Amino acid sequence: MLIIGEKLSIIARRVREAMMKRDKGPIQEIAVSQWKAGAGMIDANIGPAEDGGEELMQWMVTTIQEVVPLPLCLDTTNYGAIEAGLKIHNNQWGRPLINSTSNDPERFAMLELAAKYNSKIIGLTVGKGGLPADAEERAAIAAEIMARAAEYGVPLEDLYLDPLVLQIATSQDHALKVIKAIKMFQELNDPPMKTVVGLSNVSNGCPKHLRPILNNFYLSLLMYEGLTAAIADPHEAAPTVKTIDVILGRTLYAHSYLEIS
Amino acid sequence: MAFVPPKETYSGKVYSVTIGTASKEVTFGGENVLPFHSFEGLTPNSPIIAYEIQDVPPTDWPENVQKPYKDVSNDPVSWAKFCQETLKARAIALRLIGTHPDRENRSPEDAAKTVRDVLSVIDMPLIILGSNHAEKDASVLVAAAEAAKDKNCIIGKAQEANYKTIIAAAMANNLKLIAMSELDINLAKQLNILITQMGFDKERLITDPMCSALGYGLEYTYSVMERIRLAALTQNDMTMQPPMIGDLGMYVWKVKETQAGETDMPQWGSAEERGIIWEAVTATALLLAGVELLIMRHPKAINALEQVMEELI
Repeated sequence: MLIIGEKLSIIARRVREAMMKRDKGPIQEIAVSQWKAGAGMIDANIGPAEDGGEELMQWMVTTIQEVVPLPLCLDTTNYGAIEAGLKIHNNQWGRPLINSTSNDPERFAMLELAAKYNSKIIGLTVGKGGLPADAEERAAIAAEIMARAAEYGVPLEDLYLDPLVLQIATSQDHALKVIKAIKMFQELNDPPMKTVVGLSNVSNGCPKHLRPILNNFYLSLLMYEGLTAAIADPHEAAPTVKTIDVILGRTLYAHSYLEIS
Repeated sequence: MAFVPPKETYSGKVYSVTIGTASKEVTFGGENVLPFHSFEGLTPNSPIIAYEIQDVPPTDWPENVQKPYKDVSNDPVSWAKFCQETLKARAIALRLIGTHPDRENRSPEDAAKTVRDVLSVIDMPLIILGSNHAEKDASVLVAAAEAAKDKNCIIGKAQEANYKTIIAAAMANNLKLIAMSELDINLAKQLNILITQMGFDKERLITDPMCSALGYGLEYTYSVMERIRLAALTQNDMTMQPPMIGDLGMYVWKVKETQAGETDMPQWGSAEERGIIWEAVTATALLLAGVELLIMRHPKAINALEQVMEELI
């Protein structure tokens, strides 16, 4: 399973400050640390970035790829910033992932970018009408996004469906609905559709000591249902990913299995 | 419509390993497909067969496999020369069985001298094997490794009980290394991990999951080897991507079917032919399971195997 390192997000104060000051040090340090811990892709979340988003995204892509041989997940609602990032992304280490489109017409332009720059893209299964009520509604929205992707010329194997993980502290019933959605998404196509979650949202708002526990147990259930990728903290998630891979027979067991990538 | 064979694609690849020096070096491994599936991908090298010789006369070998070597086998140097010049061996495996405490208990210094002497008369790649006595091998193989410094030999076998010492010797003398575990796929992986964690380059490693003879647990060896290869190719498991060795002669020529004479077992037919077939059939099974390097004894069994490989690849 692919871990997309979540730590380079504007929400974190240290990252935000480094972004504002264009200080490469902390950004590169966090990127390298996530790569070494097992991330296969690095999320670059610059927020809405209404002013100077293009330049900021390009600075992030360059800064990260200077030190880490991985593709990036370009995470912003700013269309121009995504395009600016795609233009200079180094595809030698893999194709980038746009985060994200959805069933909201304002976000369809992201599909156009994915087709134009041969990028992968996350399809968040929400529409204009607010949060989906259950797994069935998520799957219905997913089918619409798939149709839209086909219309824009994005191959379905490049689309990662995201069921939108909600906070367990406020929306407990959605935890199971999301697991069910992961299963249903795969059935929408043959070969199965790819899936992705923003994992740590499940424990958002919970006491700090509970967060890794919730994140990791939730991840193991999602992996059992066939999850393709998770935006997560690789330091925290790697042991779970490796262990579930062993339990599911995807990796051959050896006593030191946790020590190898 | 013409028939199009379905093709598998694999995510991993077996490392290729080169042994020997100058014009006589040989390379094995390097494929990214299951054995003999060359129509699906790359099979750049054929498996290599090494002729087994030993440091003391092979009095423990059955008569029928002693016979081809009867004029040379009292001296490892002339034995090695015979394999190279008369039998046209592509590689030689020297087993230092005489160092075993229950045998002649030869010293590490004696073993090192044998290695030096053999290396001075051959230009073929050499595989240096201990007596499989974990404790004694730790000192014997260190001395033997020094004697083979920079000759690009393979040395082994490193086991769980002695791998630290032997790795250090293989690294210091720039040799390739065999890692052996006893018919346990998870331990095979674990040992490869431990060895690479000590800084040994995984591309210089050869896995020995341990052999067995036809009729004596060959199916266990087969399953372990097959699973190792599947992990390497379909799961891209880098710890399982070194080539595998099948050290089979020593197992084959110990079983009843290769030992029993014609007077005891008249219904089994010619004892000599039976032994050769037993070795050739065991080796063929291992080729199909995925070995890239074989150690064998009888020249006729080796010739038969080379023919099989030529026809299948």
